[in-house]
Parts: sequence; structure tokens; C-alpha cells
Amino acid sequence: MYTRSRVAVLMGPPVLWLALLFLLPMAIMAVFTFRAGTFPPERDVFTFEHYREFLGNTPFQWLLWRSALVALATSVLSLIFAYPIAYFLAFRAGAMQMTLLTILIVPAWTSYLLRILAWKLILGANGLLSSFLLSIGLIEEGSRFLLYSPSAVVVTLVYVWIPFVTLPIFSALQRIDRSLLEAATDLGCAGWEAFLRITLPLSLPGVAAGFFFVFIPTLGEWVTPSLVGGVNGVMYGNLIQDQFVRALNWPLGSLMSLVMLVLVVIQIVLFSRIIRLSDLAGI
Amino acid sequence: MTDLAVELRNVTKVFVDRSSLGRDLTAVEQINLSVAAGEFFTLLGPSGCGKTTTLRMIAGFEAATRGEILIQGRAMTRVPPNRRPVNTVFQNYALFPHLTVAENVAFGLVVKRVPRAERKRRAEEALELVRLSGMGRRRPSQLSGGQQQRVALARALINQPAVLLLDEPLGALDLKLRKEMQFELKRLQRQVGITFIYVTHDQEEALIMSDRIAVMERGRVLQVGDPMAVYEWPSARFVADFVGETNFLSVVFVSFLNDLAVVDLCGVNAYAQIRGEPLTSGQPTTVTIRPEKVVLTKLNQDGHFKLAGTLEDIVYLGTDTRYVVRLTSGETLVARIQNTSERGLGGDYDIGERVNVSWSPKDARVLTS
Amino acid sequence: MGRRDLLSPGFFYFALLALLLYAPILLLIVFSFNDSRTLVFPLKGFTLQWYTELWGARELLEAVVNSLVLGVLASAVATILGTMAAIGIARFNFPGRNLFLAVSAMPMVIPYVVLGVALLILFAQLGIPLSLWTVGVGHVVINIPYVMLIVASRLAGFNPSLEEAAMDLGETYWGTLRRVTLPMCAPAILSAFLSSFTTSFDEFAVSFFLIGSESTLPIYLYSQLRFPSRLPLIVTLAAIIMVASMALVIFSEWLRRVGQTTTAAGEA
Repeated sequence: MYTRSRVAVLMGPPVLWLALLFLLPMAIMAVFTFRAGTFPPERDVFTFEHYREFLGNTPFQWLLWRSALVALATSVLSLIFAYPIAYFLAFRAGAMQMTLLTILIVPAWTSYLLRILAWKLILGANGLLSSFLLSIGLIEEGSRFLLYSPSAVVVTLVYVWIPFVTLPIFSALQRIDRSLLEAATDLGCAGWEAFLRITLPLSLPGVAAGFFFVFIPTLGEWVTPSLVGGVNGVMYGNLIQDQFVRALNWPLGSLMSLVMLVLVVIQIVLFSRIIRLSDLAGI
Repeated sequence: MTDLAVELRNVTKVFVDRSSLGRDLTAVEQINLSVAAGEFFTLLGPSGCGKTTTLRMIAGFEAATRGEILIQGRAMTRVPPNRRPVNTVFQNYALFPHLTVAENVAFGLVVKRVPRAERKRRAEEALELVRLSGMGRRRPSQLSGGQQQRVALARALINQPAVLLLDEPLGALDLKLRKEMQFELKRLQRQVGITFIYVTHDQEEALIMSDRIAVMERGRVLQVGDPMAVYEWPSARFVADFVGETNFLSVVFVSFLNDLAVVDLCGVNAYAQIRGEPLTSGQPTTVTIRPEKVVLTKLNQDGHFKLAGTLEDIVYLGTDTRYVVRLTSGETLVARIQNTSERGLGGDYDIGERVNVSWSPKDARVLTS
Repeated sequence: MGRRDLLSPGFFYFALLALLLYAPILLLIVFSFNDSRTLVFPLKGFTLQWYTELWGARELLEAVVNSLVLGVLASAVATILGTMAAIGIARFNFPGRNLFLAVSAMPMVIPYVVLGVALLILFAQLGIPLSLWTVGVGHVVINIPYVMLIVASRLAGFNPSLEEAAMDLGETYWGTLRRVTLPMCAPAILSAFLSSFTTSFDEFAVSFFLIGSESTLPIYLYSQLRFPSRLPLIVTLAAIIMVASMALVIFSEWLRRVGQTTTAAGEA
């Protein structure tokens, strides 16, 4: 069935599209990091200036580091909140499994912006929660709960990510052969012990997948910080966006972007190594 | 009097149907079993007969709806599986994929918090017992089916349970390996001295390995006995039919002759063993005879009695030849004759030939249930 | 796995989380009928005013139309390209297959800001003005991996011998694709299309960098978040969009399941 012409016809257009409109832009962006400025004539001058600027400028790196922490917090919290749901769906929900899963996923697929909007309206100074508490006399005036801080960013992101993180964990838990758990019980394990020794280790590939699935995109997040982060919640992605929209320092923005890309690729490679190791373990 | 390793008293298991159809399934009904310590006891029956359910109830994975299960004299009704002195070898082995072979084997000891040095020593001993020394560091996925099976065995035996439960452990192995393992398991059981309760649908396997067999059908135990008793003296039609091949002949009882019965079969008087069941002259009944005990003779030869028939089919099976004879009554009789040069290596007869069949009186039995 | 198993602590945790997930949506729907310009308690009275006013909000409606057209076109292209790639990946083992898998999966995992920035630079270098078309290009790149995933997993689920049988009976390869493969994958392809559409309709992070003077709905919404007087309209629009996209997602999920459980004679 395999012929070169068939493969060429099928794979040609997608490969072409991705090469020209994904790989090529990345390459051009990488080259742009060496340009002196955004517009001609500076644009055609080549320099290492921006590299010096980025490497020497600790606020950039500190922001990158803090963004990593935010991403880490988001990933870990999402996993912690999602794991019990995945466990419940895999082990206790029985026939209702897929229905309940769909119920969980459906709101997660609706407009991200609108859900953030809704939460802003609820949590904001003139928002629902505030006016509700005001009307029942719990507070004196409109207050700014939770909004405009790094924690607000984390909370919002966790809220958005939980349903998505549930999926790989659920998938991994489902695949665990139930007779393994019976065997563990047969050999003397009480319920929780069987979970710790068998279920949890075997679900780790799903957990790892979930982790990276959240961590990597969150590193570059800028929309959520711009909506609920306020001044204190600015992340690395906001700074990149700023270079292109306001400061018009495209070379610097490209460099910052490139740095992020390289870090992400390293993580993806590491992740695929981990997964292959666990394959060896026979999972 | 030997201790009873396992006792089942009036055990019943009903699976309640939670759907609106409300069709409950009675998997096991009122069974009573006593397994002696050190016995190789087999539950034999077709799929759906309740043998696996019974095994799982002994293990504790299913709770009996009614009745009692005792292990070493202790009632197990409220004892969860992880605290019972039994271990199970699962049908699909259930080896933990994320642990090495040695870690799998030592698992039960880890749970009991046995110190590391002792664990290591006992794991090595267990692997030696099943002849897998040196495989400790491998992962289950790197082992063959037969090797995995032995790991599962070692993992269970290392805990020195009072009873070892085996759920069709040889089902996934190819024929030659299965035959080897049958003897291996039997040898192991004798060596270790632990009570084995074995579940299988393979009657030949049961006959080879067991000290005693319980034949089950549709949730009930039909007969319990040693292999010879179950094979030679089946107490029920199903047992006769399921364990090995049997001929069932419709006859009419004529009279007693010492400890034999005289029966009328196709107008000829034939003989069969009877164990004192009350029968009256003229009463229809059934006689069973195993194919290997049927004697086939040419028309002009002598026999104990002569039942006329026509050969319908001849199949050469290597060790013996299978003959199907149609009697004048219309019933068929299967005979198996060993292929020796004296018996003509199965080439002595032709399809369509008229032959006589008979048997030694003590080889046939009257079936009264 | 009976009733008692279901109503465990896990269930209550699930219910709580589900409630939290649906609460904002429900609140938006409730407030879309509220007779007040601000989003405060207590509710002031039932009105359909905002729904009727919505019809008159020209900019808003233009943005909606833009998003719809963009969504359909970009999803169509992504679905076509993604399906082609899925067939290639699922049925053929060609040199560079693994590399392609790795690269094509990347748009799914990398931060969108990087993608947006890179494409912006590309268009600037090539002198292409920013518009809905450039946004569309970005959306296609984002969606190809999702389409590939959905269609390839469906393809993997049924036996290639179905296609071989068709060719054995005289059909050409491309004819086989048309008459056997694609129809069998139809639910998955449709589901992938809908999934792409939903993603594209809601996409903001990349669109932001690539948009010209026109607006997509998310772009419009983002800019409106600063004008409180428009709030009720936005709430009402949000309610409509939420309900519509939930219906779409449910339909898409149903399609994907139908595709999976359809057991043809050649099901692996």
C-alpha cells in the first residue's frame, strides 16, 4: 500500500504548511534577535546588543523565574485538585463515568475569555460577590478580593485547567488492570496501601503528562495576567507582548520569545525521555 | 483426623441485577465442601458453573450471600481478603509491571514489613523453588508466559499461606508448556505441602493433578471424589458426560444377577454394574460405558454378548482409533481401540461393515440419576 | 460498583467542582435577563431588553460574524490538512515520520505568545498586512495537531485490511480513501472540525498579534472589558455564546463517541 507518491500527496500540504508557517517563522524570529532595531535602517544592522541586554538585565530573568514559579504552582495545584476527580471517575463512577466526564469537560470548552470575564464580574470591586456581601451586611464597602495579584492569576488558571488535567490522569487510571489491585489486596494490602503502592505509581505517566500540559503553556501566559494580574501579577509573556505592541523593540521581544521557546523544547525532550523510561517499565 | 483447611457450609452467592430488568444471577447455590490440609483439590466444570466465583469467595473478593466459609476452622465472613491466610494465583498472573520480578515476589513480605535482609533471602529461595533463579532483576514484560506464571506462583507461595488458590493458571499457555506445568505444579504442591485449591474447565488437567475433584454445574456441586472415583463412578449424567467421553444407552431393566444388572438392549441381554439402586423389571433406565471399554468384534467372533451394529465412522487418532457404531436401536456407540499391531492398527474395519459390540460386565454402569 | 460506591466523598467533591465550573455560566445567563445596567444583587426584574439591544450593536455583530466566518474557514483548512496528515501518519511508515509527529505536535504545547510573535515577524518581513487572513493562518497552525490527534486515533481503531480489501476489489487508492476511509472517519472528522471551530472562535492570545483593523469577537470583548456601560450587552452575548458552545461541545463529543462505537466488520 505504501508508495512514495501517496505519501507525498498526503503529507505534502501539511508538511509545507507547517514548514512555511510554523518552522520558518521560528527561524526568522531567531534571526531577528540579532537585528539592531524593529524598523529599517536599524533592522538591517546585526548586533549582539540584545543578548547582552537580556543576559545582563536581572529583572528580565527574575520575571522569567517568577513566571516559572507561577506555572509550577498552577500545575501542581491543578494536579492536586484534579486527581481526586479522575480517581472518582475511574474507580467509583461506574456506568456514569463518561457522562460525568462530559459534564466536567463541557464548560471547560466554552469561551475562556468569557469565563474570566464572568469571574472578574463576580470577584471585582463592584462585582457580584462584593455587592452580595454588601447587601447582607458582611462588609462595609466594595472591596478588591482576590483580584489583581499573582495569586489571582494562579487561581484563575487553576480553575481553567482542572478539567483538562483530569483527562490524562483519568486515562492512565482507567488503564490500570483491576486484577493488579486484587493481587495487591490478596498479598496483604489494605485499601490505601494498594493505592500508594500500585495505583499511584501506575498513574504517574498520566500525572506527568498533565503536569507538562499545564506547565508549558502557562510559562508563556499573558492574557490572564493582563486581565486579573494587575501590576503585581505581570508575567514574562506580558513583557514579550509589550515589546511588540508598545515598546516596539522587536529584536528584544524575539530574544525573550526565543529563550522561552528553547526552554520549552528542552522540557518537551525531557518529558518524552521520562515517558519512554516508563514504557520500559512495562506500563 | 486431618484438619480441614477450607470448609464451605451451605454457601450461596447471588449477583443482584441492579438494572430495571431485575434478573438476579445465582452463581453458586448451597454448596458444601471440605478440603483437607495438604490436599490438591480441584473445582472442575464448564464456564459459568460457579467455580471461579467459589474461589473468589474463599479469597474474599466476593462475599457469600448466605452460608459460611471457614479457613483453618475460623469463620471468614467479616475478614477482608488482605487478612485471610490465603493467596491467589490469578488467571492473567496480575504481575505488577512497575516492579521487578524480585520486587513482585517479595511484595507480600514488604506489606508485612519483613526486614530487608530476610526479604531478599526468602525471595531468592522462592525464585529457586520455581526455577527462576537469577531473573530477579528483570521486569515482568521481559518474561515469557510460562516464566510469568512461575513468578506469580512464587509471589503467592512466599507468604506461606494456609491455602493457595489457583484460577485456571495454565489457560494462557500453549499445549506443551501446559502439560509440563501440570506436572510441575503437582510436584511443587507435594514438595511444599500447602493445600492447593485449583480451578479449571479442563477435565484431563483435573484428573492429572488432583487428589480430589469437585465437579460443578450451574452453581451446584454434583460430585466430589478422587479422580478414579469421578471417572469410573460418575454419580450424575453431567459428570459422566463432562469428565471424559461416555456412551449413554437407553435400556430396559430386566433383573439382578448377583451384583450385576441384566438389561435389555436392542433385544439382547447386556450386563452392567449397579450399586444397589432399586429398579423394577421393565423399568427403562440408562447404562453408561466409556469408549475405551467397548469391545468391537467381527461378526463371526465371540463376545460376552453380541450387540449388532454398523460402523458409521472410523477416525485414526494416533494412539487409538475411534469407531462410531450405529446400533439397531438407532443409538450410536463410540468405541476407542488402542492401535496395536494385534488389533490391526485401526485398518481392520471398513465403514459400513456390520460388527458386534460388547463389553465386560463390570465395565458398564447403570446410571440412576 | 453500585449506588453506594457512586455517592462517595469523591462524588460530592465532583459535584462541588462541577458547580464551580457552571456557576459563572449560570450567573451570566441569569443576569442577561436582569433589568439593570450593573452586575449587582439583588436582581431587578426580568427583561429581554438586552437581547433586543444586541441586534443593534453593530460593531459587536460584525465581530461575531468575523469570528464565525474565520472559524469556519480556518477550521476547514485545518481539518483538511490535519486529516491528510492523520491518514499519512496512521497508515504509512515513511522516513521522518517521528520527526513530523514531534514538530506537528508542537503548536499544541508551546506558549501561544511565541507563536503569535513569530508569525507577526514573518508577515512583517514578507510585507503582508495584518488582517483576518493572517489570524486565520495562525488558527490553522494551532488546530492542525488537534485534528491530527482526533482523526488519527479514529483511524488507528479500525483495521487497515478494510482499505486493502477495497483495493483488492479493484478500487484505486484515492477512490478507497473517498469511499471507505473518509466515510468511516466522518464522525471523527466532523468532531475535529467542531473542535477546531470552538478553539478558533474563542482564540485570543495569537489573534491579538495578527489582527489588523477588523475585530474578532474575543478581540472585541477584550477591548470592551473597560467600558462598564456596555456590560449588560456583553453579559447577554456571553450567555448566548456559552449556551451555544456547550451545545456544540456536547454534539461534538457525541459524534466522537458514535464514531468510536460504530463497529464495522473491519473493526480491529
